[in-house]
Amino acid sequence: MAILVPRRTILAGMIGGAAAALGGCSRSSDRIGVGLITALTAQSAKSGEAISRGITIAIDEINAAGGLLNRKLELIRRDDESSPAKGVIAARELLYKEGVAVLFGGLDTPVARAIVPIATAARTPFVVPWAAGTVITHNGTDPNYVFRVSAVDELVDKAMVAFARRTYAVRRPGLILLNTAWGQSNEKGLKAALAAAGLPLAGSEKFEHSDLDVTPQLGRLRAAGADCLLMVATVGPSAQVVKSLDQMDWDVPIVSHWGPAGGRFSELAGSHANRVKFVQTYSFFGADTPVRARVLAALKAKYPDITGPQDVTPAVGVANAYDAMHLAGLAIAAAGSQDGEAVRRGFIRIGRYEGLIKTYDAPFAHGQDALDEHDYVWAEFDGGRIVPLPLPGTMPSKAA
Amino acid sequence: MEVLPALLTGLALGSIYGLIALGFHITASVCGAVNFAQGSSAMLGAVLLWMLTQAGWPVPAAVVIAVTACALYGLIVERAAIRPFLMRKSDAWLMATVALGLVCDNGVMLVFGAEPRSLPSPLAQDAVRVGGIDLGIYPLHLLIPLVMLALAGGIDLFRRRTLHGVAMLAVAQNRDAAAIMGIPVGRVIAAAFGLSSALAGIAGMLVAPLSHVETGMGVTLGLKAFAVAILGGLDNARGVVVAALLFGLVEALVTLGVGSGYTQIVTFMLVIIVLAVRPDGLLGRAQVRKV
Repeated sequence: MAILVPRRTILAGMIGGAAAALGGCSRSSDRIGVGLITALTAQSAKSGEAISRGITIAIDEINAAGGLLNRKLELIRRDDESSPAKGVIAARELLYKEGVAVLFGGLDTPVARAIVPIATAARTPFVVPWAAGTVITHNGTDPNYVFRVSAVDELVDKAMVAFARRTYAVRRPGLILLNTAWGQSNEKGLKAALAAAGLPLAGSEKFEHSDLDVTPQLGRLRAAGADCLLMVATVGPSAQVVKSLDQMDWDVPIVSHWGPAGGRFSELAGSHANRVKFVQTYSFFGADTPVRARVLAALKAKYPDITGPQDVTPAVGVANAYDAMHLAGLAIAAAGSQDGEAVRRGFIRIGRYEGLIKTYDAPFAHGQDALDEHDYVWAEFDGGRIVPLPLPGTMPSKAA
Repeated sequence: MEVLPALLTGLALGSIYGLIALGFHITASVCGAVNFAQGSSAMLGAVLLWMLTQAGWPVPAAVVIAVTACALYGLIVERAAIRPFLMRKSDAWLMATVALGLVCDNGVMLVFGAEPRSLPSPLAQDAVRVGGIDLGIYPLHLLIPLVMLALAGGIDLFRRRTLHGVAMLAVAQNRDAAAIMGIPVGRVIAAAFGLSSALAGIAGMLVAPLSHVETGMGVTLGLKAFAVAILGGLDNARGVVVAALLFGLVEALVTLGVGSGYTQIVTFMLVIIVLAVRPDGLLGRAQVRKV
């Protein structure tokens, strides 16, 4: 009796078989591939380079200690140009052609969100060292292959409100947000955080990346009695807010998400760049730990443009990626193989690890995010350097 | 108190759109084609000024060189993306100028980099004060409309009072007749594109200190300037100037009045309504076509 198999099924089987064969071929080679999809060109290139450097330093350390599973780690990078479509193409290539054991990526939340279903379908852990969108790890999948060593928008929003209240005793903050998915997502989080804190909202204003003037939006917030601005915007637009405030001669404190930290904010915003206080997960100007000294020395040795902590920018990119790579290494070691599901379980089994940002203790045993609001540090620009602020509550109030 | 700064800032930004839009008007009236790479010319002017001043050139010399380079870029646009298609009576110049603009933006990015850079100016550091009251604007905000009006007036005088300007008008009115009269039509059209790009370059240089310099800065500027040119009437310089100032004012006042979420909606809805009532723009004339 002839068995009729639909052509579509045969085709799917052939593609699956080919993918498995390719994956199998790569994974049985003499190296363990670590994929990285990030922006290596366009505006976020500097941040993408910081992530690359953090992972590279960690891989160098792991390889110097003998590698994992008797193999060396190899970083394979692809440029997503901050485009989700390009991120998806790169993810498929790294997962199915290169057969990476772990995929790093997601400088931009939309790119990370686009990669999540690809990595989940490939049953390969996807590690996010930057993008802060809450939905990236809270993605509704089970088992969840996404792990993050970075800030989380929802927690950052709560931390921003708490910092503003603690530091400036604000009573009526206003929101100034970039008109993007990131801005909209944080608008919800900030409104929820303000409601939870019992603080009335003076107003919520959005502006475009290309806006040459933000004074009308800021004027509305001033007229509404805002005594502090909670800002979510990237480098250029954040600088435009500061310039517009200078133009209006409005001395109001600004508490910001980490957008200003990604580029030449202090140059663009001018002499008042330091009025912006923003969240970070790490600063190389903080406590001098043995890990910090080791990483800084390695960065200086490998990259001629780094002569000191002031050159490690954006520091969060380097620090998050460095710790994330070491945690991924521990997961692979715990798995004892490159099998994606085994490595996922390996992440959950990670115990204690003394990292750059902190000493992690079972970071993924109870969730997909290794960092929470207790790990955030607040920083400001001092010239071109990002320096951590003094302990909370010690700053003078500048409420207008 | 917030209204006056918004009005003055709106006039300044409207004038920036106006400078670029005047370029659209000049080329459209001379040969019926517009340069959709005008936004790139604005970016080029700002980037060149930044690079030259960083290299230690004095600002006046850097401005002259940057404007000249922008004019040369306009000549290249005409030669590469306009003339070949006009000669074949094809409208493909539309896509060709867009493509050339993208080539320029990405080419400049390779040299300048993707990161925005600051172009400080003493005219955008201390707010203007009148009688001890802070007006909430910089001197540059007042200078920009003056520059736009002066250049618009100068172009008007040039076209009516000089031989080259009259030649431009002649080509605009009837290309064939102008050629028969010995006017070098090709060169006049090329000059129109050079002038158009130079105006956009000046706009880019004027706006950069209020914001920053980056390779993508011309995209939105070019788009809004084209809306202004259509709104004013592509064939009418005075219409373009009036439309530019109105556009800037409406933008600022809508943002101040009802919030930034409605700025683009209200502004461009108004553009559509005005064009529905006056399809040839505020001061444009209806085109007569023989059928």
